[in-house]
Amino acid sequence: MKKHVVAFFASIVILNVFMCAQDLASFEKRITVKKLENGLTAIICERPEAPVFSFFTHVDAGSVQDPMGKTGLAHMFEHMAFKGTDKIGTKDYAQEKLGLEKVEQAYAAYLRERDKPIARDEQKLKQLEKAWQDAIADAQKYVKPNEFSQILDSNGVEGMNASTNEDETSYYYSLPSNRLELWAYMESERFLHPVMREFYKERNVVIEERRMRTDSNPIGRLLEQFVTAAYSAHPYHRPTIGWISDLNSFSATDAQSFFHQYYIPSNMVVTVVGDVKASEAMPIIEKYFGSIPSQERPDERTTTEPPQNSERRVLLQEMSQPIYLEGYHRPDYRSKDDAVYDAISDLLSSGRTSRLYRALVRDKKIASDSAGFTGMPGNKYPHLFAFYAIPLPGHKPEEMAEAIHVEIERMKNEDISDDELKMIKTRSKANLIRSLDSNPGLALQLAIYQSRYDDWRELFYTVDRIDKVTKADIRRIAGQTFTATNRTVGIIETAKPAASQPGGEQ
Amino acid sequence: MKRSKLISSLLILLGTLSMHSAIAQVADWHQLKIAPLPPFHPKEPKRIELPNGMVIFLQEDHELPLIDGSARIRGGSRSEAAAKAGMIDIYGEVWRTGGTKSQTGDQLDDFLEVRAAKVETEGSADSTSINWSCLKQDLDDVFKAFTDLLREPEFRADKLDLAQREMFDAISRRNDDVGQIAARESTRLAYGPQNPYARVAEYTTVAAVTRQDLIDWHKAHVHPNNIILGVVGDFDSGQMESRLRQVFGSWPKGPAVKEAEIKVEPARPGYYFVAKSDVNQSSIRMVEPGTTRKNPDYFAIQVFNEAFGGGFSARLMQQLRTAKGLAYGVGGGIGTSFDHLGITRLSMATKSESTVEAIQGLYGEIDRLAKEPLTDEEIQRAKDTILNSFVFNFDSPDKVLRERMAYEFYGYPPDFLERFRAGVEKITPADVSRVASKYLHKDQLAVLVVGNASEFDKPLSALGQVSNVDITIPPPPGEPQPPAQPGR
Repeated sequence: MKKHVVAFFASIVILNVFMCAQDLASFEKRITVKKLENGLTAIICERPEAPVFSFFTHVDAGSVQDPMGKTGLAHMFEHMAFKGTDKIGTKDYAQEKLGLEKVEQAYAAYLRERDKPIARDEQKLKQLEKAWQDAIADAQKYVKPNEFSQILDSNGVEGMNASTNEDETSYYYSLPSNRLELWAYMESERFLHPVMREFYKERNVVIEERRMRTDSNPIGRLLEQFVTAAYSAHPYHRPTIGWISDLNSFSATDAQSFFHQYYIPSNMVVTVVGDVKASEAMPIIEKYFGSIPSQERPDERTTTEPPQNSERRVLLQEMSQPIYLEGYHRPDYRSKDDAVYDAISDLLSSGRTSRLYRALVRDKKIASDSAGFTGMPGNKYPHLFAFYAIPLPGHKPEEMAEAIHVEIERMKNEDISDDELKMIKTRSKANLIRSLDSNPGLALQLAIYQSRYDDWRELFYTVDRIDKVTKADIRRIAGQTFTATNRTVGIIETAKPAASQPGGEQ
Repeated sequence: MKRSKLISSLLILLGTLSMHSAIAQVADWHQLKIAPLPPFHPKEPKRIELPNGMVIFLQEDHELPLIDGSARIRGGSRSEAAAKAGMIDIYGEVWRTGGTKSQTGDQLDDFLEVRAAKVETEGSADSTSINWSCLKQDLDDVFKAFTDLLREPEFRADKLDLAQREMFDAISRRNDDVGQIAARESTRLAYGPQNPYARVAEYTTVAAVTRQDLIDWHKAHVHPNNIILGVVGDFDSGQMESRLRQVFGSWPKGPAVKEAEIKVEPARPGYYFVAKSDVNQSSIRMVEPGTTRKNPDYFAIQVFNEAFGGGFSARLMQQLRTAKGLAYGVGGGIGTSFDHLGITRLSMATKSESTVEAIQGLYGEIDRLAKEPLTDEEIQRAKDTILNSFVFNFDSPDKVLRERMAYEFYGYPPDFLERFRAGVEKITPADVSRVASKYLHKDQLAVLVVGNASEFDKPLSALGQVSNVDITIPPPPGEPQPPAQPGR
């Protein structure tokens, strides 16, 4: 029955391919790319569906670029990029600048005493801390708090946010289309003249973010320990949010110098999608972003993670229900087999026909959910293909491991079916089409593909690459990747309750 | 010919020049001139009412070769029996996974996935829904699966069993995440634990659900006069209309859904504590019942919410995050829902050591509303925020469709969005002050803290009387009750 259906619709799959090609052609007509003289790449995609536009600024630097001892700095700068400029957010920048310099001097003096390995003078430390806090209070007098976001809010901004991960930092929002020049001004100014005001208060905000995402969340704790264990040499072993001692140490000066080093035009792609005309918008972008000074690229070599030669395990005893996670090292996104990993992920995880759902959830009834996915913790550098399973009550993480390994061995030893291969390919085409339906989504994808491949068209070529994946490819990649020595395991086990602890508020 | 070419190149030249003068880089944003947004009238969906009462909205959108449809059916978990709490969640899953008379759910999975199509079902508080999404070329097949599932679901027992296991799993994990605990327990405080929006599924109530319950629910609710169907995508409205008339026109009317009255019994004001010893951050929620969007104060409330707890420019964010560095997330406002009272809720997460300071900080901002009312500037900014971003309410055909379907479902006028805009424009600072004191009452808030008391700056009891909330999960039938262990 199933086979019959598949054969019947093979013709439609062929139609699909044609349609995607058409789509690329239609995008070619609507997209204008320009590399500015300073090295920044601008992309405009005309999509006049409604009088709005979205943009996405992609900076090709993330927490992998955090200096040693200063983890969390890339993310910290992202927060600071909302603090305004020498014209936005200040009552008197000349005075404020002096005030901020004093804050930095006072902080450096405080840190020198605080971090003395021996003979720290506690009395002096207190004075230095007070001097630092006084300097902060003084500089604060000149601040117009949150003016940067207030201007955008008043102008009807939608979805304003930013994000940092291991690989990159992104900034994005949408505005009505009559605010294009306002956007160009605001977005270029934050990267031309950022000011590190209210840095140490914002650092506390980031520490709260760490408490929320990691410290106070068992899954957050597991993920941090798991990734840390999987990488011993490459910077992927450090959390993007930063280790607490680094968060409590780095300075506004550090953030400023990170900015100078990595926020250089050749590291930046800016996309605008919506009701704009390239003929009008490109000159505006050139005018505003063209003045960001070009600079030589910093040395971005990272340590290559050596091959893993024994299984690593992280076992957390938590007051929460069990979870099973395992990951295997794979090459970076430029690998010629990248599409094979995507196909494997789809085969294992997409929908109710996926292998892990059928095996662990539907048939064995041992898990409420299970999937395999790629891109952990990033994909710019060699990374992990990971599997997880959420055990049903009464089932143990070890059963998850066993069931996942059965599926892995099956992938190594048997060809996947014709139906499965067709599903993977059809889905990749449909997923692409579904991803083209919004300004913010398009702005994001075009920026990331442009940055990764220096060509936004790769967004469309991904489908062609998945279309070329064979059954043999899947067996080959499964065989070379999913081996015991290449594996890192992360487990949450439910801790035995401690002898009745008084939990209530007294 | 030659002349027109000359003129057009002149025009281009002029255009270029004027453009350049317009984009001379400005020294600051005050100098930027913002032209009025061109008038924009989004395409309204076509509304069709069949003689049997089924309401259909058709929204053409030819950008991509996709067609999506969604049927929303009156009646949801707020009218399920308390002894079977969780039934509508299960119904929402087994409706799809249990398959149709002619195809098992697994066969349906294969049938749809090979087309990269989806048909999914869902249960919510006031309705259930069934949706499809497909490539245009697959409409016939996918629409057939959709209608089969709508009219002839089978609710096979093996999938009921699977759904119950998944619910058991969700119950067992519901105390693992602080945010989830805070959301659930604060809702119970605002509405009362028996309110259908607040009650939660337990092992026993889930185990009590039978296949017959699902069949009965379907029989009682899925009638054309209880359904609003919306279709959006790359189709011709005329053809789609005749298809839908043909398929649904002869479907006989059924009894209308009766909704029970929803009682709100808020907890008495005071402090409520959930112990969680494995965290270093407290989740704080302050709650009381809110109001509905039918309330004429709704527009003033939205302006107040924007100015007080809406976003980065709002007071809560400004004071507690930016100025004091006490929180990553802080916000909230007066709650409004379409057809029942919303929850007024202020939310914040702060390190354990500043728990009491944070509560006092939130109180301080409520007090300040009376002492230093929101300024004209703050209110103007809130209005600008709402009005200038207004276009994002209807910047895609899909959003326009969803708005219209919601108004139809809740009996709001179809131009409610336009009325909202007009209403917000008229709001004065006096209106905002009035709603602030009318709906946000410091002395009537139930204050919930989920956190690690051993690390608090001061005991909560320093603020007032504290009630401990036991969140121990009642065991499945047949298993012994464990000793109460708050925080587990």
